[in-house]
Amino acid sequence: MEKFGFSISKGRQINYDSNDRRVAEFIIENEPSFRLCIACGCCSASCTAGSFTRFSLRELNILISRGENDLPRNDLKKCMLCGKCTLVCPRGVNTRNVVFLAKQAFRKFDSYAI
Amino acid sequence: MEAAGRLAKSGFHVTLLEKETSAGGHLNDWYKLFPDRRDSSEVKRYLDDLMSSEQINFLTSTTIEKIESKGSSYSLMTNNGENLNADSIIVATGFDLFKSSRKEEYGYGIYDNVITSADLEGMFRKGKIVLHDNTTPKIIGIVHCVGSRDEKVGNLYCSKLCCVTAVKQAIEIREHLPESKVFCFYMDMRMGGAYYEELYREAQEKWGVNFIRGKVSEASENIDGKLIVKVEDTLAGRPLKMEIDLLILMAGMEISEGSKKLAEISGLNTGENRFFEAIDNHYGSNISNLPGVFYAGTCTAPMNITETISHARAAVSEVQDYLKNGKS
Amino acid sequence: MTVMQFDPFVIPFNIGLNFILIYCIVRCIIWFRDLSRADKLRLQRGFFGYAFGQSLKEIFLESLIHRKILKTNFRLGYMHMSLAFGWFLLIFFGTLETDIFGTKHLNAPYKAIFFKFFNPTLGRTGFEHAYSFLMDLILAFILSGLLLAIIKRFSSRIVGMKKTTKLKLRDRIALTSLWLIFPSRLLAESFTSGTYGTGSFLTGTLGSWFASFLPTHQLAYPFWCLYSLSLGTFFILLPITRYMHIPTELFLIFMRNSGIRTGDKSGSYSEVQTFTCSSCGICIDKCQLNFSAGITNVQSAYFMKAIRSNDDVFNIAHNCLMCGRCDQACPVGIELMPIRMIQRREGDDDKDMRSIWKGFLRNRQNPLPVKTPELPSFGYLPERKFRKADVLYFAGCMTHLTPGIKNSMQKIFRASGENYYFIDEDGGVCCGRPLMLAGQDREARELINFNSEIIWKSGAHTLVTSCPICYKIFNESYHLGVEVLHHSQYIKRLIDEGTVRLKYSHMKVVYHNPCELGRGSGIYDEPVSVLAHVANLQKTEYDGKNSLCCGGSLANLKLESHERAKIAKDTVSELTKCKPDILATACPLCKKTLANATDTKVSDIAEIVAGEISEIQKKKSRISILNIKELADISWSE
Repeated sequence: MEKFGFSISKGRQINYDSNDRRVAEFIIENEPSFRLCIACGCCSASCTAGSFTRFSLRELNILISRGENDLPRNDLKKCMLCGKCTLVCPRGVNTRNVVFLAKQAFRKFDSYAI
Repeated sequence: MEAAGRLAKSGFHVTLLEKETSAGGHLNDWYKLFPDRRDSSEVKRYLDDLMSSEQINFLTSTTIEKIESKGSSYSLMTNNGENLNADSIIVATGFDLFKSSRKEEYGYGIYDNVITSADLEGMFRKGKIVLHDNTTPKIIGIVHCVGSRDEKVGNLYCSKLCCVTAVKQAIEIREHLPESKVFCFYMDMRMGGAYYEELYREAQEKWGVNFIRGKVSEASENIDGKLIVKVEDTLAGRPLKMEIDLLILMAGMEISEGSKKLAEISGLNTGENRFFEAIDNHYGSNISNLPGVFYAGTCTAPMNITETISHARAAVSEVQDYLKNGKS
Repeated sequence: MTVMQFDPFVIPFNIGLNFILIYCIVRCIIWFRDLSRADKLRLQRGFFGYAFGQSLKEIFLESLIHRKILKTNFRLGYMHMSLAFGWFLLIFFGTLETDIFGTKHLNAPYKAIFFKFFNPTLGRTGFEHAYSFLMDLILAFILSGLLLAIIKRFSSRIVGMKKTTKLKLRDRIALTSLWLIFPSRLLAESFTSGTYGTGSFLTGTLGSWFASFLPTHQLAYPFWCLYSLSLGTFFILLPITRYMHIPTELFLIFMRNSGIRTGDKSGSYSEVQTFTCSSCGICIDKCQLNFSAGITNVQSAYFMKAIRSNDDVFNIAHNCLMCGRCDQACPVGIELMPIRMIQRREGDDDKDMRSIWKGFLRNRQNPLPVKTPELPSFGYLPERKFRKADVLYFAGCMTHLTPGIKNSMQKIFRASGENYYFIDEDGGVCCGRPLMLAGQDREARELINFNSEIIWKSGAHTLVTSCPICYKIFNESYHLGVEVLHHSQYIKRLIDEGTVRLKYSHMKVVYHNPCELGRGSGIYDEPVSVLAHVANLQKTEYDGKNSLCCGGSLANLKLESHERAKIAKDTVSELTKCKPDILATACPLCKKTLANATDTKVSDIAEIVAGEISEIQKKKSRISILNIKELADISWSE
């Protein structure tokens, strides 16, 4: 039984403490500019794949950095690596490399087929 | 102008060198000023009154070609060949707006109905907001952070004033064109000033301005000549499609061309953001690296008019201090 | 004095020589065995006929004389030539020497190398003396180059290079033994000459000078030992150092002249090429990552070294602009770009299976593990609508961020009256090259299929694209069967046909040649001729094949923003030396990257041309009405 008060139901919450942040840490180690993201959405706005399907790099970056790996694991392969996102990012995040490293990290740590 | 007026009031003899044909800089281009939307001409009149002092020698269409230190004073040569001597100098060379054509993906200079905030002020002054073909726009988009907070154009800093300008202009558009809809596309809403946040509330509550959090990545034209912006509504988490009649770019502030030239010929230091660098961020923001040369206004950083005037008064205080206490 | 036939000091040399000969033969056999059947046949044919003569000529001109290096950088070339050619001459004339002056005609190699030791009294008069002079001359030749090499190790500026290759420990040991060979020969021969009063201008002079204050007779022997030892050490160490390039290059030349090429997968030929790299450092000098961005561990010479040692090259492989400057400058003709692409394709899998040598020693298996088949990545792509047209225009992803270009192209199309269809006007699908550059061929193939369908279904005969990156993949990997043109070529055609007449603007224009267009696809003339037609085109030091990269490169995944900006800034400052009014380019990515680095106006060729259109002459529509039957007859695949 849940304690009455501040508990959020398990399915809803981002359990930051217990989430697996190895993918995020791998990306940060190899691409430090990942930390500069302010989630302005410019990358997702310019995304070639985003016009056809549900694919938002901003969303995936946020989820990865919180350790919520389910959606990124399946969605990252939708990226065409075209590079428009890197060209528009106002913070200078090397977004193409972030996607590339994320895929690499999933293969390394979390190999449920990418 | 403020600095010149104040110095004159204290009894100093001031020469004001202005590169244009009249004083006031960008103030001449504005319509109404935030936060209370009072007429800019009132402020202009106030400054002109200050300038009417006999102590001020006002030279227009004048720029400085050479500046030399002669012991405890300076010798300046103007483009008209005049030689001037000064015991102290205040640099108030102001700012330039970011050239929006550099952000090619927004289409300024390519599409007819993409204009900047400065262009819009011009339209307000003329009293008509119209598209290129003289029809009235129904849907208007405002893009924040054009040329600011953008690593790609080399301006990492925030220009501070564009958010509140956008809100003000959104209200004004809604006032002029009650049938129109206005959408502001922002990364953050930076309302750091007295009554700025209240203006934001007013824009939402009273005027129905819509705010969408998402940085516009590109604008293009469709077959009918309407503009389409590509933006992600980050709070809803989905890409947004919208046809827009008029797109307004909030151009940021940059160091002015005149300031750049002055920095080259004088040896005044500029910072990483390319504005003039004062010797101290907290208690020396008017003091330059050259003795007797002081800064006033937006040549050091983005500032609103209130801050510019305060900064000018502080510069005057520094000059007085410097001249009185023996030029140390 | 009796002529000796043998002395124990030659043993190190003999061991070394035998070892290296056997090693090379075995290695070549293994490489040959791992060639594909077609390549094996090619190589066999290459040993006869014209190709054989070509190979010998190339061996002489490149491996010995180092003609290409001499052309690029004379001092560096001289250094390599003196060592290579000089040593060859020494061996050749030494062998001849033993033949002429010795007792038999066929002699063991050590007799030739240590000729003076075994025939110390020869060379005083006549022909012998003249021959001695020749040998001394060759030795002097080698020593001059050796001096240059020694200085180069400490200050690369002596050969006009900015940096020199960093070396591993075993390379250093081999280098030291190599450096010891000729000085020890010099000293050994000098001491012997000094003792017997023989020798010519070098060894004789030195010898007699030594004889005046040193016991040359006793000193000679240790130096002969040193000579033999350094030769032996060098030969034994050769296979594990960069000096393996000496024998490998010979094999490579034969392979290349037989028509073998690198291809898409690693194999014998790519491995042979990695061993042929002599670490001369010319590629490092040319690399903009080196002199603009300060990145010094990814250049081709280091890359080859890493592949040879089976290091993890995954990250280095992706940190390359793929601009082609190194590939073009490589004096040995190693196909550096295809090799880098192979490493990208191979991904971050287990490396040990990749080496043919290691694979042989363990158990011979297929070097590449089979990847499990995957679900399509781009299954979300929708059915596309298509339209019939004569000519298709594909702007590409990047052109959407530079709308000036696509608008100008549309203006040009309209002015020419062409029946065209702008395929990706609403933002289409990527051409697939960025995926290919990242080594993901399978995924790229999905996009290729998608786009190919639209192109075929439109019935067009020509595809025009304004992006060189797209152009390259359309041309090389799409196999469309329609004509693919870059927009500069299309515009040139319009000008030549007289469909579009242009005004001449007197503005000073400088042309930045995009890497993917120039070196990448071989298109140099059309953009230049279009620009010269329409404006005052200036020449720069970096025209044509020497063009610089803007730094925008989609091929490089790892560069940071500020590093790219630095490369762009350096490129732009070179190009704008003559203070042009406009910096012209033919690629949207170049345009965006360079525009952010300069105040000079940067324009695409299309924009310049569109601004100067004066007269138009409507083009007749060339499309004939295709009926369904004709559509069905168009072949879909090779």
